[in-house]
Amino acid sequence: MSAPKRSSSFFFLLPLLGFLAIAGFLLKGLWLDPREIPSPLIDKPAPAFRLESLDAPGRVIDSKDMLGKVWLLNTWASWCVSCREEHPVLVDFARTAAVPIVGLNYKDTRVDGMRWLAQFGNPYVVSAFDEAGRVGIDYGVYAVPETFLIDKQGVVRFKQIGPVTPELLHDTLLPLIQRLNA
Amino acid sequence: MNDIARDAGGRGRGWAPWAGVRGAWLLAAWLCVLAPGLAAAKEAPEVGDDPAAERHMLTLAAELRCLQCQNQTLADSNAPLAVDLRQEIRELIAKGQTDAQIKAYLGARYGDFVFYRPPLQSNTLLLWFGPALVLVAGMSALYITLKRRLAQPEAPRDLSDAEARRAQHLLDDDAEEGSLS
Amino acid sequence: MIPEIGNFSLMVATAVALVLGTLPIVGAARGNVRWMALARPASRVLFLLVVVAASCLWASLLHDDFSVEYVATVSARALPLQYKVAAFWGGHEGSMLLWLLILSFWMFAVSVFSTHLPREMIARILGVMGLIAMGFLLFIILTSNPFGRLLPGVPDGNDLNPLLQDPGMVAHPPMLYMGYVGFSVAFAFAIAALLGGNLDATWARWSRPWTTVAWTFLTVGICLGSAWAYYTLGWGGWWFWDPVENASFMPWLAGTALMHSLAVTEKRSGFKVWTVLLAIFAFSLSLLGTFLVRSGVLTSVHAFASDPRRGVFILIFLGVVIGGSLALFAWRAPKVGLGERFEIVSRESMLLANNVLFLAAAACVLLGTLYPLMLDSLGLGKISVGPPYFDAVFVPLMAPALFLMGIGPLARWRKANLPEIAARLKWAAGVSVLCAVAVPLLEGRWSVMVACGVLLATWIFCSTVVNLWSRLRPADGGQIGAKFAALPRGYLGMLTAHVGVAVFIVGVTLVKGYEVEKDVRMDVGDTVAIGPYTARFVGTSEGSGPNYLYLRGQFEMLRGDKLVRTMFPEKRKFASKDEPMTNAAIAPSIGGDLYVSMGEPVSQTAWVVRVYYKPFVDWIWGGCLVMACGGVLALSDRRYRLSQRRSAEEVSAAGATA
Repeated sequence: MSAPKRSSSFFFLLPLLGFLAIAGFLLKGLWLDPREIPSPLIDKPAPAFRLESLDAPGRVIDSKDMLGKVWLLNTWASWCVSCREEHPVLVDFARTAAVPIVGLNYKDTRVDGMRWLAQFGNPYVVSAFDEAGRVGIDYGVYAVPETFLIDKQGVVRFKQIGPVTPELLHDTLLPLIQRLNA
Repeated sequence: MNDIARDAGGRGRGWAPWAGVRGAWLLAAWLCVLAPGLAAAKEAPEVGDDPAAERHMLTLAAELRCLQCQNQTLADSNAPLAVDLRQEIRELIAKGQTDAQIKAYLGARYGDFVFYRPPLQSNTLLLWFGPALVLVAGMSALYITLKRRLAQPEAPRDLSDAEARRAQHLLDDDAEEGSLS
Repeated sequence: MIPEIGNFSLMVATAVALVLGTLPIVGAARGNVRWMALARPASRVLFLLVVVAASCLWASLLHDDFSVEYVATVSARALPLQYKVAAFWGGHEGSMLLWLLILSFWMFAVSVFSTHLPREMIARILGVMGLIAMGFLLFIILTSNPFGRLLPGVPDGNDLNPLLQDPGMVAHPPMLYMGYVGFSVAFAFAIAALLGGNLDATWARWSRPWTTVAWTFLTVGICLGSAWAYYTLGWGGWWFWDPVENASFMPWLAGTALMHSLAVTEKRSGFKVWTVLLAIFAFSLSLLGTFLVRSGVLTSVHAFASDPRRGVFILIFLGVVIGGSLALFAWRAPKVGLGERFEIVSRESMLLANNVLFLAAAACVLLGTLYPLMLDSLGLGKISVGPPYFDAVFVPLMAPALFLMGIGPLARWRKANLPEIAARLKWAAGVSVLCAVAVPLLEGRWSVMVACGVLLATWIFCSTVVNLWSRLRPADGGQIGAKFAALPRGYLGMLTAHVGVAVFIVGVTLVKGYEVEKDVRMDVGDTVAIGPYTARFVGTSEGSGPNYLYLRGQFEMLRGDKLVRTMFPEKRKFASKDEPMTNAAIAPSIGGDLYVSMGEPVSQTAWVVRVYYKPFVDWIWGGCLVMACGGVLALSDRRYRLSQRRSAEEVSAAGATA
């Protein structure tokens, strides 16, 4: 049975090649987290804020006060379960006094927040009280705890979504802090 | 719509009126309210101070992702962040911001991930123009292939006895149906 | 004891599948009759073993055996009986066993209904399906075994997710899987044809009913899923272009293209290579869908808990099955001869155009679903692709296909006579334009989107009528009734399915164009106008169901002053979930649905209530069911029954030419 010649055998390979490309993406995708949102604030100025302090309602905390220093902004809340995981790590880290850690108490009440700090320790030089969560929105907070590393010029250099682990501190944050302080 | 519930007390979540005493109180309140309530019945007001702005907000929110949930829009979600962001959008609308400005506001804070309608930019060109390209390519390939086939001479084929019998069976079958389907 | 029997059964089944997947295929290549003859009995034994395993899982569920980890995860003592049955597929492991059960059922069906197939063909078909079954069996045994024990066991289980405690959960997944997995038969036929080198019209004839029945099940499955989401999720949506929904829609699109392509291959021996490719695509998309849902690669409301290890296994499996079949295609397909010639304008070319359009649509859905992943894996950013994208891109792509639906069935094979078709469709076009202009005006607001939708739907309907009428026309002599009875069911099935599409389009267009939604704050006695109705909030009451507490609102729906019906939306509180579930009250009718859902309480008596009027929304699912009826009609066609009688003759004829 003679059949007319096909124009090119290459076209028959196209579906296979297409599939291999897709499979490549899928393989890579297995190790990505589709829900992790990279921050659009990296390398941009940290949003300015003026909030009352958690423990002293009269005292105002202004983000401008932190200019000239490398510092960490850590969002936390008494209702946040993962925060309890990272808190001991932060408390230990605060003792080294490598960088000042400013807390952002997100959508909490003063009473609950202060009680939580009394119970679990206070690694923060000061905690800003963001009751309505507006500053949180400015920083793109969507899953507490989140931690920002901000440099001397007030530019955000790193954001951690989820608890801060000792590995993260050792491998990523500390080297970065040293570089920024140099 | 949930901000009203929040103003009335609590976060508007985890409501459980059947919890014992509270449940009985609710029931009693219902019974007390019913009679005078009917007399004072009115056309229910739409949620929000400005219903038109509310609808505007919901239209915008329907194209935005709720970041705390598994794939729900900002308009549909009841997560706390969604409630806050809807309020934020309300305020921006009240300040007179345009849709583009509101979207830019959210994009600056949460990135492109928050938009269910992917913005047209360098990394989404393939996404937006891809389907049209596929269609044009497919139709062109179809046309070219058909033209090429017509250009080739039809090869004459002799049927073996067995093939001829099969052909007859199939033709008999076809004759019953005509050329309908 | 019972779970161990189930586990053992799966292991024996794996061995059987291994035998089934190798010996018959090798036997077919070598002409070894005994090895080929193993295919049918081995498939039946495999089915039996899987049924035993499935029965063991059901037994564990129904006996509340919480020492089985899976049962403890998806069930609870207070769970009503029907949901204990449905809990079988309530979690990942069980749903994989369901996949396997349905696959082995299809294998059993093929082994029974295939007496007319030559033995090489049946050996290859069942062999390929056996290989697929083996892959799933290994996956289940190695990574997703539902029979794992949780010793010492727990007193009560975690309960089935309350959202899933619904009749929809009983019907939707099995129907969906019957469809998805059913495409494995068409796939196996295609691979068998590539392996054997006998790709011809008879192959298409054998393949066609299996494809049609799988397509019908998939249509019903997707329809049920959409209807379930509509009445369960509380905000009246029925399609979200969620990745998991897309995962079931893509095989449907490819399957529709395949059905049309098979028609040409059967009638005209044309498109053989293309049809084989479509068969591979349809099943590949089913497998891809299975991967997407379980690997954690995409975010979705439906996704099962993710585990990269499972993801890797399925990906390897995908590589072997899809990669292998496409490689086989690249190797063997160029040798396949072309079919009969046809002109650029002919029924063949229109069906080919249909294929291109449906495949382009499937590619577009695939692109949108995978694009965020592609960008992320290349480090190019993180975006979302949601309904606004799909609505914008998919609809324009489908519109030409819908237009062709009117012309194609009237076109002749080989060479279509366009002027003749135009003349026949003149009045259909006229009526369509008329309706497109009139219907929006009648509904109260003209809109281009609605006009286009009505135009296409009426066009399809009218051209179908023209087609039917030309067969029944009295001028040719003979009774209309007798002529109707003489029409082949396959033909009637096509007409019915096309009408189903028209009905579907009407539903989608009118509901999107004219639905009314109101979020209002209602106190007892307050009313709100919604569409042609007025809703009055009477009050609330409380009570308890089998495993939940509820708060029920009472709303009277009035038309003018007359009470038409009373609706009872609920908030249900299950022990296993913190947040109460919203159960909307829906009053369906052909003209439209009333939909009332309670939001949050704002005072002791007042509530935020969402009220909708959705005109013609039930036509969406009605249209899908009509499409499915078309499929059933086509399946009852005489020739599929006739082919059984002809089996002996065809086998010998086919044997001589293979």
